[in-house]
Amino acid sequence: MTEASTTVLGAEPAPLGGGGPPPRRARGILRALLANRSGAVGAVLTGVVVLAALASYAGLTPFDPVAQHAADRLQGPGGTYWLGTDQFGRDTFSRAVAGAAGSLQVAVVAVAISAVVGSAAGVLAGWFGSAVRAPVLAVTNILFAFPPLLLALALASMFTRSWFTIAIAIAVVYVPIFVRVARGPVLSLRETEFVRAAVVVGMPTWRVLLREVLPNLLPVLIVQVTLSLSWAVLTEASLSFLGLGTPPPAASLGSMVLDARVLVTIAWWTMAAPGVVIVLLVVGLNLLGDGLRDVLDPRRAVR
Amino acid sequence: MTALRRVRTHPLVRRVAEAVATLLGVAVCVFLMLRVIPGDQITATYGTEAAALTPAQREALRSYYGIDRPLAVQFLGWLGELGTGNLGFARRTGQSVASMTAHALPVTLELAVLSTLLGLALGVPLAMWSASRPGALRDIVGQGIGLAALALPSFLLGSVLLAVVSRYAGYNPNARRYAPLFDDPGLNLQQMLFPTLVLGFALTAPIMRTARSALLEIEGQDFVRTARGKGVSPGRIRVRHVLRAALVPIVTMTGIQFGYLLGGAVVVEQIFSLPGLGRQVLTGLLQKEYAVVQSSVLVVALGFVVVNLATDLLYRAIDPRVRES
Repeated sequence: MTEASTTVLGAEPAPLGGGGPPPRRARGILRALLANRSGAVGAVLTGVVVLAALASYAGLTPFDPVAQHAADRLQGPGGTYWLGTDQFGRDTFSRAVAGAAGSLQVAVVAVAISAVVGSAAGVLAGWFGSAVRAPVLAVTNILFAFPPLLLALALASMFTRSWFTIAIAIAVVYVPIFVRVARGPVLSLRETEFVRAAVVVGMPTWRVLLREVLPNLLPVLIVQVTLSLSWAVLTEASLSFLGLGTPPPAASLGSMVLDARVLVTIAWWTMAAPGVVIVLLVVGLNLLGDGLRDVLDPRRAVR
Repeated sequence: MTALRRVRTHPLVRRVAEAVATLLGVAVCVFLMLRVIPGDQITATYGTEAAALTPAQREALRSYYGIDRPLAVQFLGWLGELGTGNLGFARRTGQSVASMTAHALPVTLELAVLSTLLGLALGVPLAMWSASRPGALRDIVGQGIGLAALALPSFLLGSVLLAVVSRYAGYNPNARRYAPLFDDPGLNLQQMLFPTLVLGFALTAPIMRTARSALLEIEGQDFVRTARGKGVSPGRIRVRHVLRAALVPIVTMTGIQFGYLLGGAVVVEQIFSLPGLGRQVLTGLLQKEYAVVQSSVLVVALGFVVVNLATDLLYRAIDPRVRES
């Protein structure tokens, strides 16, 4: 998921030039990450699921995830269908992998939007006076006053259902977190020598923010992006489980679990497959986030 | 909070004023959100037949529902009604949302209290056990349990638990009609058992992780070393000194999670058919009962803001440093 994190933030550091981490440092970070126990395990778990998801985009799953094989309903694992089939004879393995791809797609887009919007708002609120700060914090407080899943539910039901509107709904829920994460450090960065120096020599404000402030926020933001991805995957799956997520017949981890509820005692694999994929992905992203925090942000690292 | 302007008002007054302002904002958002949804009360009530209405009939209906008035007037009207305790009515059943909420709120509160207690009872000792030997086997096991609680979504755990227990033990109290706590405490507690297990386990994750890192941070501080040097027993240090100092982050996290449970228990309420607030909102959304959604969401947000305020007050009581500043 490191690829996704960098694409998420890649849009911003691009114009920085020298401000972003040079390639050698990036390789050093990767090495440190793999030397870190949580980081290594997390990178492997996430990598496996992401690769499988990418393969399903390329149509490389053993079967078409929505194709029904009426003669082979509720087959057990092993044999032609690696993880068996569901009540319509659809291949469980292919569906779980396609479901992971769908969940990841929603999660990545949602977190990308909330990271860009939220951290931009947070940086501006931390830098400028109350004219910017007051409205941003008011909106943040209002969004924080809703339980996240409930807000996502309400927003998702507002629009015609598609994977993109669900991504938007989840993005709105996570914007305030990025506002908070970005704003805190900006308050102290504003007072540091090097930022003051940049202001004094007459660097335009947008340049100070992009070249001096933003690069110092990146470590915290990257960690937050990774952790938010795991919550977004869970939120998307919960929405699908409640019937307000990715519309059928497309495979979705949440709706697979929902369908498997009535089947689980006669066909355990229909529940196990999506369940294991969710757990792998969420554990992987969390460990990766913990590892990244140890490597990138030693001050906040938990021993 | 530190960035707030230093006005000469008591911090508590400021905190309450902020909470009220937030609630007003929430009310505006909820109101606007439901106006953005395509269709209005007329299409929601008459469905496809709404297309057959003549312009005159439509106009009459619009004025009947009050949706011909300017948005601001509609909003203030709604707010005024809320002030008198009128939360609106469900379209199909004609039931008042106030009475629906009066039935749903105790269910949600009971579930939230029970799960929070279970989450604390599991999370805090687990964190203390884990933090007592950072990096050792017990720490890895403890953190593993915390991670499992984080990664096992409630809908998965709940579905498996319900299916397996009802199939193999033939026990499913939740298949029976919901029994309110004071009508049939025995059945009620049985019906709360599985939901509490699922939510309490889910709460263990944030509580355990917060508590563990707070404990580790405090254990390294000077006053703990002093106490150790003085010869205070390790057990007493752990509870009286370290845990006490770690209470603020633990209480904050617990407060936030408790607040989320007021409306965020949708999934668990849905799986175990508990008629709580979350389920009321979900059903309202699915059936396009806008009055129900509008008022229930506001009640949930009110609860959340009040819980946050209470958490603030609580750690003022726990931590003298917060009181001073």
